[in-house]
Amino acid sequence: MAHEIAERNFPGRDLVLVGIQGGGVNVTRRLSPLLNAVLGISVPLGTLDVTMHRDDLDWHRVPEIRPTDIPFALEGRTAVLVDDVLFHGRTVRAALDALHAFGRPGRVQLAVLIDRGHRELPIHADFVGKSIDTTLVERVIVRIGVSPDDDEVWLT
Amino acid sequence: MIWNRRHLLDLQSLTATELITILDTARSFKTINERAVKRVPPLRGKTVVNLFVEPSTRTRISFELAALRLSADVINFTAESSSLKKGETLKDTLRNLEALNADFIILRHHASGAPHFLARFAQAHIVNAGDGAHEHPTQGLLDVFTIRERKGNIAGLRVTILGDILYSRVARSNIWALLKLGAHVTVAGPSTLVPRVFEQWGCRVTWNLKEAIEDADVINLLRIQHERQRVTMFPNLGEYTALFGLNPQRMQWVKPDALIMHPGPINRGIEIESEVADGPQSVILEQVNNGLAVRMAVLFLLNGGRGPASSELDPKMVSKPAELTGVSAPS
Repeated sequence: MAHEIAERNFPGRDLVLVGIQGGGVNVTRRLSPLLNAVLGISVPLGTLDVTMHRDDLDWHRVPEIRPTDIPFALEGRTAVLVDDVLFHGRTVRAALDALHAFGRPGRVQLAVLIDRGHRELPIHADFVGKSIDTTLVERVIVRIGVSPDDDEVWLT
Repeated sequence: MIWNRRHLLDLQSLTATELITILDTARSFKTINERAVKRVPPLRGKTVVNLFVEPSTRTRISFELAALRLSADVINFTAESSSLKKGETLKDTLRNLEALNADFIILRHHASGAPHFLARFAQAHIVNAGDGAHEHPTQGLLDVFTIRERKGNIAGLRVTILGDILYSRVARSNIWALLKLGAHVTVAGPSTLVPRVFEQWGCRVTWNLKEAIEDADVINLLRIQHERQRVTMFPNLGEYTALFGLNPQRMQWVKPDALIMHPGPINRGIEIESEVADGPQSVILEQVNNGLAVRMAVLFLLNGGRGPASSELDPKMVSKPAELTGVSAPS
């Protein structure tokens, strides 16, 4: 994925990585050093919490609001949104809304570790780690551990 | 975290866990208030009515801004301009507002228990923005939020509430929240305004200023509420200032890291001198800032609160406030 992102956006001076809070931020922890190594520059990192922008909040629990930190201007830059699993596409829709509260990126691309299908919205990923066929009742769990050796993806 | 409440009527009936849930949620909203774009969409399409039967500026503005930041539509409704002046009952006012699909009613009323009364019939979420001398829950929450943010923890802190305790809904909401979260609360002021009955709640009662403030981690000053006092409770304001006013000399008794708080509006030169109100230990403007985050958190949480339905509310709740305050509301 890091190579694909680098190739599409070479030399990458306009790139920023924005991890979606929860799984996306964890994936960014892995992706960021690899991307930096390929491009030979340091790509700015941000995090985005999309809770406020969801259209499917589960009110049985209090929604957890995690930090949003976009410490750079988005104007004219290429923002790569990063998430762990792409499923219905509702998180990404909320993320696009949330991102635009911070400015108008020149381009937004989407990188996901796992694409499990079943989209409910016209959203597709630009960079996919792995596509897997799933049924609606299955769960996909991505665990990013302390070191890359501990990383796991479960289908249950 | 679980949240089930439809209404915020008082802090007395909240659990410590529920208080913490509100405070934690408010912390998240505070970060939103620091962003360039401060508006978020969770209450899009909802209507919030500020029903202020008793005048207020800062609380109304704070609720209004909180609702706007959550993308709700806001209607302000004050007693002077309403049919309440023409003899409409509060219940009928509620029904009319609900007929216009109001989702939240923020009620400020001079009668203790008014929001509890409305909650018995309401489909909308009822938020108490101050009822008589009973409670002012969001003020209590924002005070506790400010203390928690500055001091890290509430448990074990010594908090002194100084001034007109008898007629103060701010004092009552603060006392309930602070005690539930494990603080030691001292109430202090003239003996006519600080009855011993507060000892039964678990507070220390003192009528001596030095004793009240010398070991305090937090000093919350209250305004003398002339409008609520039916008879004069002390000779004159000059005597109050002489005995209980906080001035730079008396600040020598106070711990250097103690917080000085005041819910506003400040009467400079009466309960607090300008040097203290604007001094380094004062967090008075932080309180106002935090109030916005706390009110956003309350509206956000109540919006998701599903039960119990109003008809299931304990009817005893409605008679409780008058017993607890020991003060019947002025008419």
